[in-house]
Amino acid sequence: MGEAQVALSVHEAARREADAPHSAVARFGASTPLKLDCGTVLSDFQIAYQTYGTLNPERSNAVLVCHALTADQHAANPHPVTHKGGWWDTMIGPGKPIDTNRYFVICSNVLGGCMGTTGPASLNPATGRAWGLDFPVVTIRDMVRAQALLIDALGIESLFCVVGGSMGGMQVLEWAASYPDRVFCAMPLATGAKHSAQNIAFNEVGRQAIMADPEWVGGRYIDEGRVPRKGLGVARMAAHITYLSEAALQRKFGRNLQDREAPTFTFDADFQIESYLRHQGSSFVERFDANSYLYVTRAMDYYDLAADHGGVLAEAFRASRTRFCVMSFTSDWLFPTRDSRAVVHALNAAAANVSFVEIASDKGHDAFLLDEPEMFSTARGFLHAAARARGLPQPGSDA
Amino acid sequence: MITAPEFLPPEEGGPLSTRPDHLLVLEMVEPGSRVLDVGCGDGALLRLLQARKGVDGRGIEISQAGVNASVAHGLSVIQGDADTDLDNYPDDAFDQVILSQTLQATRNPRYVLENMLRIGRRAVISFPNFGHWKMRAQVVFRGRMPVTPQLPDTWYDTPNIHLCTIRDFVDLCDLAGAKIERAVALDSSGAPVRVNAPWWFWNLFGAQAVFSLSRR
Repeated sequence: MGEAQVALSVHEAARREADAPHSAVARFGASTPLKLDCGTVLSDFQIAYQTYGTLNPERSNAVLVCHALTADQHAANPHPVTHKGGWWDTMIGPGKPIDTNRYFVICSNVLGGCMGTTGPASLNPATGRAWGLDFPVVTIRDMVRAQALLIDALGIESLFCVVGGSMGGMQVLEWAASYPDRVFCAMPLATGAKHSAQNIAFNEVGRQAIMADPEWVGGRYIDEGRVPRKGLGVARMAAHITYLSEAALQRKFGRNLQDREAPTFTFDADFQIESYLRHQGSSFVERFDANSYLYVTRAMDYYDLAADHGGVLAEAFRASRTRFCVMSFTSDWLFPTRDSRAVVHALNAAAANVSFVEIASDKGHDAFLLDEPEMFSTARGFLHAAARARGLPQPGSDA
Repeated sequence: MITAPEFLPPEEGGPLSTRPDHLLVLEMVEPGSRVLDVGCGDGALLRLLQARKGVDGRGIEISQAGVNASVAHGLSVIQGDADTDLDNYPDDAFDQVILSQTLQATRNPRYVLENMLRIGRRAVISFPNFGHWKMRAQVVFRGRMPVTPQLPDTWYDTPNIHLCTIRDFVDLCDLAGAKIERAVALDSSGAPVRVNAPWWFWNLFGAQAVFSLSRR
């Protein structure tokens, strides 16, 4: 009973974040309309964001961190709902590869998200109720357009770096393609220039699980005071498998049983892996909005950077002067190395300045969020060289 | 926004390479040019070229360790294979394409050479000379596959699958439509072999050679 109350309060706290987040908020009205790829114009919306470090007087040291599907703007601070550490604490901070002693780091919640940037869980000013499925379907490019408005609002002409993994990496590529003169260097990690059929397939399983939950009630669950926990939980369980690798699952769980000596001959969570996935599902549903999950997965599915440039990926990067550092992980089967190579080949064909490393790791897609020393040293070296080329002061200098 | 090629201060990331073949390549590279180093290892040659010639340098390297070391030095290097990944570069993308001590490890040296001269106006290639008298002596007198400081691997674990002599390479240049702009052979101490010597002399006394090629 006590546990149910705690769970409810986490859920309520998360619900409150959608409109009144524990973050800075930039509001955009009719003077800055956002024209979306679907044709709709969004003219009353907000972006929630966190910043770390200090913007220099030249405004030349800003790093935009783009988050993945179910992450948010709390990249390097304790999460206001779950109270866990930032999702990229390993990468961002004083003395870390994205060094907040040198760089001004910005991380914003994506358009369609549920942590304070306008999305389906936000209040629709036209109706006074949650947007729900009335919210327009957004794309990765729309997310980036919205971020660009935020960067404008912060008075930053050109970003030193745009960095992110997975869906965040898609945004990085989109930034470099849409605003080449505003991105000095770009670091897309564990990502690709399009979503594969297999990735769309996994997302569709998740969406169908959500929409099959009777508590989803055609997307109006917020108005009706209900939560499609079962559906969203299953969506998370399925997706979570794709973030790991067979080797990592085997190493961590094997066929170990959960708190028992023998199988129970029931459908209880006999195996540790079952228990683990159930936990992943049940904790996720408390903090994340189900409709938001539909919208953000849809944005990933629609992403095809080459298609936006006449079918030729290299065209997306033509005449780009941005420096790129692409990284992939050997055991990532959601965005396998060949996806990164396709980006690198396109960058080569565009004669762009690119580095590429495939990092040996058995941790699967999630490796970019974990302790990967090779990733850290590569990121550090790349950013250091780019900072020197940008004329940013060297660490330890008085300038 | 990137207006000038970046000059690395020599002290950054340790001392610069002093290898005789690197210094010879350095001599053959035009200042400020766009350079691709195929098989760049840990980036030692690229660092030298950036620091001394202000080149706009890129690299390809097959080993993860080499790529990581290069990127950590601030070089633009991608993990890739000379045999397959050169295809992705457009014609004339670079002023010069360098293949330093790598030719003998490629699966298809002729194709690699042709690709280099497609991507770059000029190619600079250094390789160990299998015709050097010490090599010949080991085969003829000991009846053994040669093992030397330039080629320290035993026959069963060597990555060097296409070894050639200087004269063989001159033939390949002819086949691949390459014009030899300049060629220098280095003896086993790293000193240049007498400049006006005939090919047979170089082939016998050159431990390695560095060629600068252009399209014919």
